[in-house]
Amino acid sequence: MTKKPFRPDVDAPEYHGAYVPYDIIKEGAIAFLVVLVLTAALAIVFSSPDEKAVTIKTWSNANTVDFAQTAGDELTATSDVATYGAPYNNNGTSQHWGFLSPEKWVGVRIAVNTTNDFVINPLSDQPAQPQLTAALDQWKSASSATQGAWGAAYTKVEANLTYSNGQVHLPTTAAGPIAVLLSYETQMARSGALDQALIAQNGFYTTNYTKPLLFISDGTYFAGLATKQHLAGDQWGMMNETGQYPGQAWLWLYTFWYQVPPYNTSASGDFLVWGTMMILTALMILLPFIPGLRSIPRRLKIYRIIWREHYAREA
Amino acid sequence: MAQGWGLGALINLDHYGHYIQWHVIQISVANLIVIILMVATFVAALFAPFPGRRNRKGTK
Amino acid sequence: MSNAQIERQWTSRLRHRVVEKLPPDRLLPDTQPAYVASWIYVFGVTTMAALGIVILTGVILALDGPQWWHSSSLGHFVNSMHLWSVEIFFFAMVVHLWGKFSMAAWRGGRSLTWVTGAVTFLASILAGFTGYVSQTNFDSQWIATQAKDGINSTGGGAFFNVLNLGQMLMWHIVLLPLAALALTGLHVIMVRVKGVVPPFEDNAEVSA
Repeated sequence: MTKKPFRPDVDAPEYHGAYVPYDIIKEGAIAFLVVLVLTAALAIVFSSPDEKAVTIKTWSNANTVDFAQTAGDELTATSDVATYGAPYNNNGTSQHWGFLSPEKWVGVRIAVNTTNDFVINPLSDQPAQPQLTAALDQWKSASSATQGAWGAAYTKVEANLTYSNGQVHLPTTAAGPIAVLLSYETQMARSGALDQALIAQNGFYTTNYTKPLLFISDGTYFAGLATKQHLAGDQWGMMNETGQYPGQAWLWLYTFWYQVPPYNTSASGDFLVWGTMMILTALMILLPFIPGLRSIPRRLKIYRIIWREHYAREA
Repeated sequence: MAQGWGLGALINLDHYGHYIQWHVIQISVANLIVIILMVATFVAALFAPFPGRRNRKGTK
Repeated sequence: MSNAQIERQWTSRLRHRVVEKLPPDRLLPDTQPAYVASWIYVFGVTTMAALGIVILTGVILALDGPQWWHSSSLGHFVNSMHLWSVEIFFFAMVVHLWGKFSMAAWRGGRSLTWVTGAVTFLASILAGFTGYVSQTNFDSQWIATQAKDGINSTGGGAFFNVLNLGQMLMWHIVLLPLAALALTGLHVIMVRVKGVVPPFEDNAEVSA
């Protein structure tokens, strides 16, 4: 018989030693019972978190100016979502690494037009009111250059936007119908009608909350709530849970990259983190085939502790 | 929150969490406890004597 | 039909192969090698036990639909069990992973066992994630709007829309549980077929 060279990190020695009784079913049953009791105990003692979802109604009532400013950004297409790029629209630079930009290659597949989807269409579905109808007509019949000029005027004074007596006020006369549109949008939001209007865009039945979620995520109110709960990206938030509960601790490495350069400074940080994690994940899955890495356990010698009885018997 | 069945939490964790910050590392106390328990469990599993094996030496 | 003809049937061939690879006493063994004597060996079965409770509590949550647990204290309790069994599941799986790494448990033709285990870990992370975004509360709103950027950057967000509750819920309660169960089943069958990896030996020359 020819001897193949023995590779200690790939081949396993043949075992000629003793066998001992082993009740696999009993072991499984005991494990199930132990985990069941432990789970029930943890559930009874600690329960689980359930922070109520944010609605556009709660947001616009809690921080009306933030809502109106965000709605203004959506209307004038200057918000984060409006300038996101793929897969929502063509208005942003996609994340990339060199020529690699799968985001761009895939293109727009979940089309979101913040101006129409978040502001103009919901307002157009409102019962006719002369001031609103006139403002909508003025917006819709304006050229995109005129809309752009109104938008630029709005952006300049946006920080000084105020809200009083149910009206949004802008310290400029150059923003066309924007102040009126935002006043009605804000009234709609505060009554809860905007929540319904955004959801009903998908028809009667819906299980898709893409648009309302994107709208809410553009405001500072939502992010403020999350930051208080330590959930923001730069707070290692992905690992965390609301309240004092443990979160997804298994995401520690994924979360870690977001805290250090170049990942936390690059405009393509997400893509770089995902690329890094894909490579590391591939290394983990293919560990048995990677020389060097697969020798680590033999050199660590932790196995000496695990099989200490076996080695004592052999000696 | 969940009352009526007497199934509410005995220890209420619905307060803002505590966080530990060390240079770039920020971790919630809850997650830290989970990770410490994980390492402790691993070490305990390595060193704890496994019952019922010694007296069967050499049996087949 | 002659015996030889019967033996050539696909069904007969499959049965022979299965019985040869996995005879009943290997599928459900009553003895094991004496070197299997450490508490580190209990974390695989603990992970599976936790998976069982995750699925059981998930099935109970499914009975009354995705919003039941917000309004019912019994529902909330089942949700708590679902959450904590998931925490135990990942806890045990990570300790299991450390243990199997320490033993280089891929040796002796067991590399596919390692690979299926690692892929199960990934599928579980995705299952956990889709669960978090299916909670229909503030947590799911925040996690979905944050996670979209990472997934969008890979191009995957165009197809796997984390802001689409219906899609996420379907993945969470149908597709990923099927994947996790299939992978776990495959993983366990490979362990039974190949047996538990033998200890390192200093002067080993023959491979099993």
